[in-house]
Parts: sequence; C-alpha cells; structure tokens
Amino acid sequence: MKKRHKSISYARYGYYFCIPFVVVFLIFSLYPTIYTALLGFTNSKGLGNISWQFLDQPFRNFEVILKNKSFKLSVINTLHIWILNFIPQILLALLLTAWFTSPSIKLRGKGLFKVLFYMPNIITAASIAILFYSLFGYPTGPVNYALEKLGIINEGIQFLSLKSSARNIIAFIQFWMWYGYTMIILISGVLGINPQIFEAADIDGASSMQTFFRITLPNLKTIMLYVLVTSMIGGLNMFDIPKVMFNNGAPDNATLTASVFIYNQAFAGSYMYARASAASMLVFVVIAILSGFTFFLMRDKDEVKERKAFKKMQRQNRKVQKTTGGAIA
Amino acid sequence: MKKQRTAGHIIFQVVAYTVCILLAVMSLFPFIIMIVNATRSTPEIQGATLSLIPSHYFMDNIKILEGKSFNAWVGFKNSFIISTCSTILTLYFSALTAHALIAYNWKLRRAFFTFIMAVMMIPAQITGIGFFQFMYSIGMTNNFLALILPAAAAPAGVFFMRQFMIASFPLDLLEAARIDGSHEFYTFNRIVLPIMKPALATQGIFSFVTSWNALFMPMVLLTSSDNYTMPLMVNLLRGDIYKTEYGAVYLALTLTVLPLFVVYFSLSKYIIAGVALGSVKG
Repeated sequence: MKKRHKSISYARYGYYFCIPFVVVFLIFSLYPTIYTALLGFTNSKGLGNISWQFLDQPFRNFEVILKNKSFKLSVINTLHIWILNFIPQILLALLLTAWFTSPSIKLRGKGLFKVLFYMPNIITAASIAILFYSLFGYPTGPVNYALEKLGIINEGIQFLSLKSSARNIIAFIQFWMWYGYTMIILISGVLGINPQIFEAADIDGASSMQTFFRITLPNLKTIMLYVLVTSMIGGLNMFDIPKVMFNNGAPDNATLTASVFIYNQAFAGSYMYARASAASMLVFVVIAILSGFTFFLMRDKDEVKERKAFKKMQRQNRKVQKTTGGAIA
Repeated sequence: MKKQRTAGHIIFQVVAYTVCILLAVMSLFPFIIMIVNATRSTPEIQGATLSLIPSHYFMDNIKILEGKSFNAWVGFKNSFIISTCSTILTLYFSALTAHALIAYNWKLRRAFFTFIMAVMMIPAQITGIGFFQFMYSIGMTNNFLALILPAAAAPAGVFFMRQFMIASFPLDLLEAARIDGSHEFYTFNRIVLPIMKPALATQGIFSFVTSWNALFMPMVLLTSSDNYTMPLMVNLLRGDIYKTEYGAVYLALTLTVLPLFVVYFSLSKYIIAGVALGSVKG
C-alpha cells in the first residue's frame, strides 16, 4: 500500500459552530413545540398550575375545540379579514410594481415613494392599533369629524361598535401596513427577471401593457405564490391589531381572530391551557402545510443542478483515484 | 399618431403621480394628526379633532401622562435592553451558523440547511403555551432572558446570512489564515465577521425592529408592569383611565413612534434594500 497523504480535515468545525444554534433551538423552540402538542392531550388549566394528567379520551380537547362556536367564528373572521386585506394589497402592489419598473414611464421620486409606502410596516403594530382606535373614535374622532365637515354624514358613526366596520378597519390597517412590503418584494422580483426577455419583447414591438401581462406577470408567478403563502401564514397569526384595538373580539366576537382566541383561552378567564394548546396545534398543522408548500417553491433550482454536477464530479474523481491509486484526496 | 401617444403619456403620468401622492399622504397623515394632537388639549381636540395647527399643551399632556400607568421611559428602557441583547445574539450566532454552512464541508450540512428552511416559517407564537409553561416551571416569567436567549436560534437570520455569504465569501482569506496558523474560531471573529458588516447591519435593523415591536411573547411572559416593554405600555392606553385624555393618548403614541421614525428615516435606504434582499429570487 502506498502511504496516503492525509490533509487536515476542517469539517468538524462545521459541527462545532452549529452547536450554539442547535442547543438554543432544541431548548427554546423544539421543546416548547412538543410540550404544546402534548398539552393538547391533557387537562392542563388554571393560572399557576403546571401539573396535568393525560386525558382518558386523548382527542377530547380537539373535539371540544372543533365544536366550539367561538373557535369556528375566529377562523372565519381570520379568513374574512385576511382576504379583505390581501386582494386589494396584491392588486395595488402589482399596479405600483408595473409603474415603478416600466421603462417607458419615467416616474420621479420612486425612492421616496417606496420609503413612504413601506413606512407603516416598521411602526409598532400596538401603537398603530391605538392610533386608529383614536382616529375612528366616536363621537369626536378625526374620521367622524372629517366626514361630518365634508357633509358625507350628518352625525357620527360608531365605527368601532359595528361588526362589519370593525372588521373592515382591521383589514384596512393590515392592507395599509403591508402593501408597501409586497410592492418591494414584487419589484425585486421583476428586477430579477432576465433583462434580455424584455429587450426581445421591445424589439418585437410589444406595448408596455403586453409586456406586463405576457412577460412580467408570468415570470412573477413563483414570487407571487411566495407572497400569498407567507401572507396567509402571517394572517393566521394576526394578533396585535385585533388584540390591542378590540381586546376580546368586540363587537360581538366580530374581530376575534384565531390567535386572539388562543390567547384568551390560555391567558385570560379560566386559563384553559390544554384547549388552547389543541387549538394552537390545529393552526400549527395548517401553517406547517403552508410553509411546506413555500419550502417547495423556494427550493434552489440552481443548487439542485449543482448538486447533481458535484456528484458526477465525485464519481469521476473516484474513477481517477482508482486509476492513480488514490493520490487525490 | 405620435402626438396622441404623448398626450396619453401625460395623462398616464398625472394619474400615476396622483395615486402615488395620495398613497404617500395616506402613509403620513395618521401620524401627522397624532403629532399635532399631542400638542393640543383635550377640550381643543373635542372641539375639532382634525387640525394641522399645533397648540401649546405639549407640557400639560406630559404632566397628565406622569403618574398614570403608561410609563414611556420604563417601556423604552426595557424594550431597549431586550431588543439590543437579542439582536446581538441573533447576529453573532446567525453569522456563526451561516459560516459553518458555507465554509466547511460536513456530512449533515445539506440536511441541516434543509431543516433551517423548513422551520423558518413557523411563528413562535403558535407554541407560546408550551413556552410559557416551560418558563413558568423554571421561574423565568418576568425575566428578560426568556425573551433574549431564544434569539440565538433565528432560522431566518441564518438564511439571510447564508444568502449574503454565498455571494461574497472569502474562501481564499480563510485558506491564507490557515497557513498563517490562525485558529478557525479566531478566523471567524477577526476575518469573516468584519467582512460581513453590511449583512450584519441590514439583519441587525430587522432583528431590532422585530424584537422592539413584538407583542405576543412579552404579553404572555411579562406580568409585572415594571418589566413592560413599549408595546405593552401602549396596550395600557386602551384602559379606562385614558378614555377622556385624548391629548395625552396622542402624546404617548408619539413618544412610542418617534424613535422608530428616527431610525427608519435615517436608515431607510438600507431597510428598503434589505426587504428586497430578504425575498427569494424570482
């Protein structure tokens, strides 16, 4: 046997450097997740009470939750508010993207507009909730005041006590906070499209409308799906605005979202940890499916190719090694 | 034909500018009302809530706020401690983990990255009950560490750092450092981290703001008002004692929003670029 030259392997440092992340993840993320899942099968409840037993009928909590009227309503509300916010959001974001990336319309101040459109996204949601609570106040909120002065209404509207307007206001706030973000994502998506495709379209004499609908939109499909799914996950977790603005889903549970329901079950009233855990896990399953879908979308196609090429190379290397007697490490 | 096109062009521009300006106003107007009303007294606001002329009751409103449950200073201090510490943890350990993923070729590397991608989307609040019970059983509710330590494992941070490193990782420098006899850990701290400054800055802004704005976990874990973060302080403004103190509420909101305005408008260029970078490639 020939003496094998062995170079120092640094691979172990890869493991070493991941240790802190893995340890923290196991303790603060994985363990609570498993714990929450387990609690769903127990009788855990009561503030300060951390002892529990598994139920005789393990799926009892899930049955109770699935039959619970408030939970059903909270899921419907969540979807309702999310759809009401998402459709205008994506349409406006698309329109602005078309304007901001069009080579034929030269808009000035794009940078400033982007900064202003994105701005609400960075402000504390709790502050925004209180601010809109004040703006839509009755009878002397600025919105009522403006509508009265403009002669649109004769007397103040109780925006926050009407079921539909309360939901619409939340949907509007979500829309207002997120369309700028969506727009920036879509613009970066358009900038990522191969410019030669646009050049080719231009040479072929396509109008800007045609270019947008025939080239830009189809190429944005993946990124739009990404926006859709991440927005759905975010929507399922909608908590800050409804919680701070309407606290317990007022008026008449119209603004009770799934997250607010879970919070109120677990951390208010009778502290039904077990039931809230069961509800959490139901939402978790939906989110897991959605994020699995995103994961599938985002998988790096280039890397899959690279990996295949790399494996091929390794195979060739092995062949070379066999012929040269393993001189290449 | 050509003339018609330019006429259409002008109309188009007018429409586009109008829409953009309206949206810009829509972004700013609520905050302008907020700031103006923060300087006005409650009777003034009741008389006409919509005014763009500031008044002179700013100090009086501050006095009304003093001695009530909303304490901007305590909220600011607590939020600052939690956000700063968790941002530092996120940055350092995300960079270290991303470094492990890029610089070394280890067996489970790909599996580990897949795992990070898979858990990236799962929001923390969905497992909040288990987390609360866990923290309660080890006596860590009302302890900032319960909100800070988990930041060391931020999958989104690792993902972002890795994206950045793929584009600009100095493998040659790593080799050079090895030849000079530098220890791998030392190389990371002294050579890799400084090179990653732009990515650290961008990620830092987002981690900080996310942590600053967080409501759910602090609400679950922090029960003593001495430990309240800014969003929890804001939540108090819904209480009955503020029902008729319009001016003071607007002032309190202004106090919570102004620091974010300063940060945002001074760093907006990086923030917008960061949002675009954080997305998947088309």
